[in-house]
Amino acid sequence: MKVALFVPCYVDQFYPQVGVASLQLLEKLGVKADFPMQQTCCGQPMANSGCERDAVPVYQHFVKTFRDYDYVVAPAGSCVYHVRKHFDIIDQTTEVQHVRTNTLELVDFITTVLGVTEIPGSFPHKVGLHLSCHGQRGLHQANESEITPVRDGQLRRLLSSLQGIELTELDRNDECCGFGGTFCVAEEAVSARMGQDRVQDHVRNGTQVLTGGDMSCLMHLEGIVRRRQLGIKVMHAAELLNGNPV
Amino acid sequence: MNHSHPELAEQFVKDAERTTWHDETLWFVRQKRDRSIYAIPEFQELRELASQIKNHTLSRLHTYLTQFEEAARANGVQVHWAANAEEHNAIVLNILRKHGAERIVKSKSMLTEECHLNPYLLQHGIQVVDTDLGERIIQFRNEPPSHVVLPAIHLKKEDVGETFHLHLGTLKGEKDPQTLTEAARLHLRTKFVSGQVAISGVNFAVAETGSVVVCTNEGNADLGVTLAKVHIACMGIEKLIPRLTDLGVFTRLLARSATGQPVTTYTSHYTKPGPGKEMHIVIVDNGRTKQLGRPDFRASLKCIRCGACMNTCPVYRRSGGHSYDFTIPGPIGAILSPNIDMHKHKSLPFASTLCGSCTDVCPVKIDIHTQLYKWRQVIGENNELPASKKWSMKLLSRVLSSPGVYGWGGKVARESLRLLPHGFTHAKALNPWAKAREMPAPPKQSFREWYEQQNSNGKA
Ligand code: SF4
Repeated sequence: MKVALFVPCYVDQFYPQVGVASLQLLEKLGVKADFPMQQTCCGQPMANSGCERDAVPVYQHFVKTFRDYDYVVAPAGSCVYHVRKHFDIIDQTTEVQHVRTNTLELVDFITTVLGVTEIPGSFPHKVGLHLSCHGQRGLHQANESEITPVRDGQLRRLLSSLQGIELTELDRNDECCGFGGTFCVAEEAVSARMGQDRVQDHVRNGTQVLTGGDMSCLMHLEGIVRRRQLGIKVMHAAELLNGNPV
Repeated sequence: MNHSHPELAEQFVKDAERTTWHDETLWFVRQKRDRSIYAIPEFQELRELASQIKNHTLSRLHTYLTQFEEAARANGVQVHWAANAEEHNAIVLNILRKHGAERIVKSKSMLTEECHLNPYLLQHGIQVVDTDLGERIIQFRNEPPSHVVLPAIHLKKEDVGETFHLHLGTLKGEKDPQTLTEAARLHLRTKFVSGQVAISGVNFAVAETGSVVVCTNEGNADLGVTLAKVHIACMGIEKLIPRLTDLGVFTRLLARSATGQPVTTYTSHYTKPGPGKEMHIVIVDNGRTKQLGRPDFRASLKCIRCGACMNTCPVYRRSGGHSYDFTIPGPIGAILSPNIDMHKHKSLPFASTLCGSCTDVCPVKIDIHTQLYKWRQVIGENNELPASKKWSMKLLSRVLSSPGVYGWGGKVARESLRLLPHGFTHAKALNPWAKAREMPAPPKQSFREWYEQQNSNGKA
């Protein structure tokens, strides 16, 4: 099985430890992933801004970079969702279709492709899980609170298998954090307010470590946590599952 | 007047306490909705069925409209067609003139709001009284509704007390909902009795029977129609459903999605005029066929105006209905409005994080967030984006399609963030991110730099 790791641009630049943890975690689970150096971005920033056409060369580049792999795995539900859903505007060659269907979010890959439901290790902290919308509602990795019947979430299940972990019960289980890509600057006021409310839910319910499957939401929430000096540690789920210390 | 959502929203959010209250009130409604739908095992099947019925109806709208018109006429109802708001208003005025009516009562209708019927009738010397409590409150205040089901949800009971004090002479400082409702009821009674014509909206129009169905919780539509000599029902062409047996699917979904009730208190069917009375139905297009002709946005016409997408939308809850500056606010309004005026409403499809909650909550399965995404592209292609955004996205595309430039650019950005003073990188005027958030702490090495190092060390 040939697996490539896709590390989204902002993770590459600002959260390299998330890329490292993803790589190491996969390795522990018996998958040696490549990191093709040519990779850049999935094109989502342009597309979400209404400039989908401008993103086409980036889409082509993405497909060219990853076409020879069986799977493309990324620690970012939002980028994966974008590749799967919005690469529909380029010519649907077999290569494009192959890349689209085989690009998977890290936890999804671990759960559905590797069939892993438990991760050995311990993490004796009170952990608050941020369910990112694109992973949850877009890729159906967890139950959407709007939809019946209630299903189990992939990441919650994996995290629960860590010894000593205590998961926070939030007042609003899956409310959006307000990041939304360029929304975070275009609608700065509402975005910030949403993030503050989200963080407050975690504070109220005792979260010590805030985690999730999508670094973009976490970047936004971390920005608020640090501005307010709340002392909550923000870590990507790959770091927890990989056994990184707090 | 400024119509841009970010600016209007920023004004709203500035009142942090009111924002909290608005958010929590609507979230409470959303939770009531959840409880009531979790209790129905077949809820998803109902949604699917409703969606299919609506898709089917829209695909043969012409046939059903014709069938509806024929059936209604056979029932003795006078049917009128209006291509746009102006025609709609003129038709209504004409009927009123024919009866020499000067005072009319109206029960909540978003369509007449959309057509700006009230100011039009006022101009022509006709007194219009909205009989829905929420509608009446905002009518006193001369404000548009801020929600399709809860038109005065932006107001606290203190605001209502103040309004009633000014207009109904209730005690200053009175804010007890019971007392205020009582005052409104007494006031409205006199209006009902003197109303010569009653105008109502339409929730569903049944093609097979030619009847219209109105759902209310206050019974005000019934009261108005029963007491008046003439009933005018105003409906958009998308209100049709084929058969009476389809209705149950929608009434079960509507109230549950809207307020979490099993069904609205009153579900009134109007089929023919009473003895000695007249009944009119005005069927309005006003941009709907244009939307029907846009394949990507056609599904927005399935909307049954339950308001669930507003209650669930985290942006709506924190920016208020008026920030959308359109008759229908919230996620669905943001896909209906650019169809009417793309230039004016160009910021609305961007007033969303595309979280998808609206799509998941929608009882008729409108792919709302997908349509928001698509409107963004249409707006981009129509040159309605700010020049700065347009060019920065072109530049970004160049950077991101060439790995060399990207690696170098990222490094420069990271280094500048590390080396430049915090006051500069976080200057609020230059960096909107930094108004309420810290920038990420820049690491020494990017992931790719680490990876390369590992490789050259022969470790990776
Ligand atoms: S779009 Fe759907 S959820 Fe929103 S008001 Fe219409 S029917 Fe209700």
